[in-house]
Amino acid sequence: MSTMVKVGMADLKVVEHPDALTTLGLGSCVGICLYDPMSKVTGMAHIMLPSSKAIRKNENVAKFADTAIDELIKQMQLKGANKTRLTAKIAGGAQMFSFSSANDSMKIGERNAEAVRAILKSMGIPIKADETGGNFGRTIEFFSENGKLVIKTAGKGIKEI
Amino acid sequence: MGIQFDEMSNGIIMDVLREIGNIGAGNAATSLAQMIDKKIDMKVPVIQLLDFDEVPELLGGPENIVCGIFFKFEGDITGSIMFVLDQKSALNLVDLLMPRDNPEFDEFTVSALMEIGNILSGSYIRSLSGLTNLQIKISVPSLSIDMAGAILSVPAIEFGQLSDNVLIIQNEFIETQEAKSVDGYFFLIPDMESYDVLLGSLGVTL
Repeated sequence: MSTMVKVGMADLKVVEHPDALTTLGLGSCVGICLYDPMSKVTGMAHIMLPSSKAIRKNENVAKFADTAIDELIKQMQLKGANKTRLTAKIAGGAQMFSFSSANDSMKIGERNAEAVRAILKSMGIPIKADETGGNFGRTIEFFSENGKLVIKTAGKGIKEI
Repeated sequence: MGIQFDEMSNGIIMDVLREIGNIGAGNAATSLAQMIDKKIDMKVPVIQLLDFDEVPELLGGPENIVCGIFFKFEGDITGSIMFVLDQKSALNLVDLLMPRDNPEFDEFTVSALMEIGNILSGSYIRSLSGLTNLQIKISVPSLSIDMAGAILSVPAIEFGQLSDNVLIIQNEFIETQEAKSVDGYFFLIPDMESYDVLLGSLGVTL
């Protein structure tokens, strides 16, 4: 029996085969899914902000793209993952509300997704699939069996990447 | 921009937002009653500081479909205000304004909700403006009907810059004649740079 483990907002979890990970109702946050196909160690982080650097209240490492990815990799390595084998899939980063005179803070979803891509690139972790942007919420499920990511939306159906 | 966000100043900021929320809710109920020309009872607003994960639970869980109406405000201070309703409350609210035989989520409902949101948020901002003597005006609304988690990520991210909690103002309005109730949730979120102006206008120093 495999278990579906929930990842909350500003949270991260690591599971091993045959378990799976899910996060519900991603909006402007980004779900970062890392997978080691050999050990099948599987990790997911649900980040809210691009960087911990400009923020004083930064104890919760899972809240920020930079610190969450570091921590996720560390915890995956403890369970036997090899960093050089890791691949990534990312989803979320939507802009739920739009305005004609959109200022920077309204584009936080886009900034979150960009930050995640840049950090993964700098670490040499390839992004196998990227399903970000839009103006709608997403529920994601990530499977340790094969690294498959299922994305569910309200009214826009289900897709697999 | 000398504000240091630590436990103590966060506490003071949250107290100030709480008080503004309390006053704003009363004015919003009055505006709603005037708009529908019926008597509206308002329960004492429940104002809570919740963990990120607890917020969607108030609205039936992160995947429950809800309606969010979002505004930016600008002037002496800038920020955003969001009003969230579950589907039943949203339909009840539109029904109070314009009773229909088979209420459903159509274009009419959406534009009526934007208008109601406008009036309620406007009364919030007017109380804030009156209280602080600051000039503040609000934008036209943007509306989204989607998963509660996704809609609530917007205020959560804004509050997330200074805290691990979200300040939520829960209002229950009851139309007494037909006993229709509307459960609404308000989020009042000043931009980071506006906190010192806002607090200063209220005579609060950190």
